[in-house]
Amino acid sequence: MAKITFVTTDNESIILEGASGSIMQLAVDNGVSGIDGDCGGVCSCATCHVHVAPEHVEKTGEASEIETDMLELNDHANEYSRLCCQIEITDALDGLVLQVAESE
Amino acid sequence: MEKSKLSDPFEEARINKGYGKMNDQDDPVTMILRLKDVRKCAHNWKVFQSEAEPGRIVVPSEVNIRDTRQIPFEVDPPLHKSYRSLVEPWFKRPLQPEYQEKLTAQIEEIIDEVIVKDSVEVIEDFSLKLQSRALTLLLNIPFEESEIWISWGTHVFRSEGEALDGDKANILYDYIDKQIYKAIENPGDDLYSMLLTSEVNGKKLTHEEIKGIIILTFAGGRDTVINAVTNSIAYLAEHPESLESLHNNPDMISKAVEEFIRYFSPLTQMGRVVTEDTQVCEHAVKADSRISLCWASANRDASVFENPNEIVLDRKINPHVGFGFSHHNCLGATHARQIMNILLTSLAKKIKSIDIIDYKENIEDLDQFKRKVGYDSISVNFNAL
Repeated sequence: MAKITFVTTDNESIILEGASGSIMQLAVDNGVSGIDGDCGGVCSCATCHVHVAPEHVEKTGEASEIETDMLELNDHANEYSRLCCQIEITDALDGLVLQVAESE
Repeated sequence: MEKSKLSDPFEEARINKGYGKMNDQDDPVTMILRLKDVRKCAHNWKVFQSEAEPGRIVVPSEVNIRDTRQIPFEVDPPLHKSYRSLVEPWFKRPLQPEYQEKLTAQIEEIIDEVIVKDSVEVIEDFSLKLQSRALTLLLNIPFEESEIWISWGTHVFRSEGEALDGDKANILYDYIDKQIYKAIENPGDDLYSMLLTSEVNGKKLTHEEIKGIIILTFAGGRDTVINAVTNSIAYLAEHPESLESLHNNPDMISKAVEEFIRYFSPLTQMGRVVTEDTQVCEHAVKADSRISLCWASANRDASVFENPNEIVLDRKINPHVGFGFSHHNCLGATHARQIMNILLTSLAKKIKSIDIIDYKENIEDLDQFKRKVGYDSISVNFNAL
């Protein structure tokens, strides 16, 4: 199990626990505001954009080229941006903090 | 497997040059064909604007049949954001369980209607009905209203030929005027009434602004949804094994929806007006000329999609632009995705196989390219599971 904290754009902190599946799915299943996951997790809609806390970037790893291409043209993206449909939950992510990005 | 195939007419031009040329009512269009270029141009609203003369960014151009600006579609930032934020929560209502329950009941009823017939013309007897009835949910108005829209037939903007028809378009515009007046007299829980009480940047929306939002809602989701639904049925008719896969693996359905949208690309392209002399794909484009973002071509770009001309139902990474990209991405996408999701779920639940009896393809004439976008008509027989 991994405990993951989502900080919404209203600065509300939501702590969720997950064992498998994507972080996007965990957030959508629990109604985290600002994470819609419209495309179901195939990296097409960018409605699951988060900023990984800088100290946790090593845990989540780097974005793939396709993901980076999507983020490159997002006005709210920065070096900590990820589409969280592309992050699989593992025990190693325990303690992860994610800031939900503003929507386009 | 040829009947349901949508070939890619853009491949050679996309690989060799990256753009194509199309004349449209003496206002030529440079069509952008590669996924990365399409995305970049879609994102760059300052140079490739939507807030041009109303109707001009549509291909074929609607400048001769429409003066009303479609909103938020034909407005650019920063004003675009104000309009979009106003309507966005309304257009996300399809995520609510009660919306999905009603949509499921509608779609299952249509399937039950056609399942007992020997021959069903899918566009008139299935897709148009489904699209029209589902629109009552999006507008939150009584189901019966859909009968009027069904009676208009598939082409609200076109007569029997493909040419734009101002008289036919006026039927829709006059209808919308009347509906707005009705909502002023008799406010309810519908989209018209919501807009009538809304403000943008401290000002109440004008009649013309409300009309612009409603026209977009009607026009953007008509041919596109009808094509997506019809093409899905044609594909499943030729691929009973896919119907079986969806039946056995319901988890696959959301991926299948995205893959169908990529492959079918129900909207071939959308235009922009160039605001300064610039270049795309090392090709000069002049200020006040038009480019188009060719979603249909970008969605077959082999530098991004493996086996782009095949439908891979459970394609895991699928960064398609079937719903557009960036600020102006499709406002109705949530509704459209729910329609497709529930359609596939319900077909997989109730239908064993589908036989195509007869069909006539709808081929768009894009000058240098001819693209099949769907069917003028297609008759099938549904076999119950």
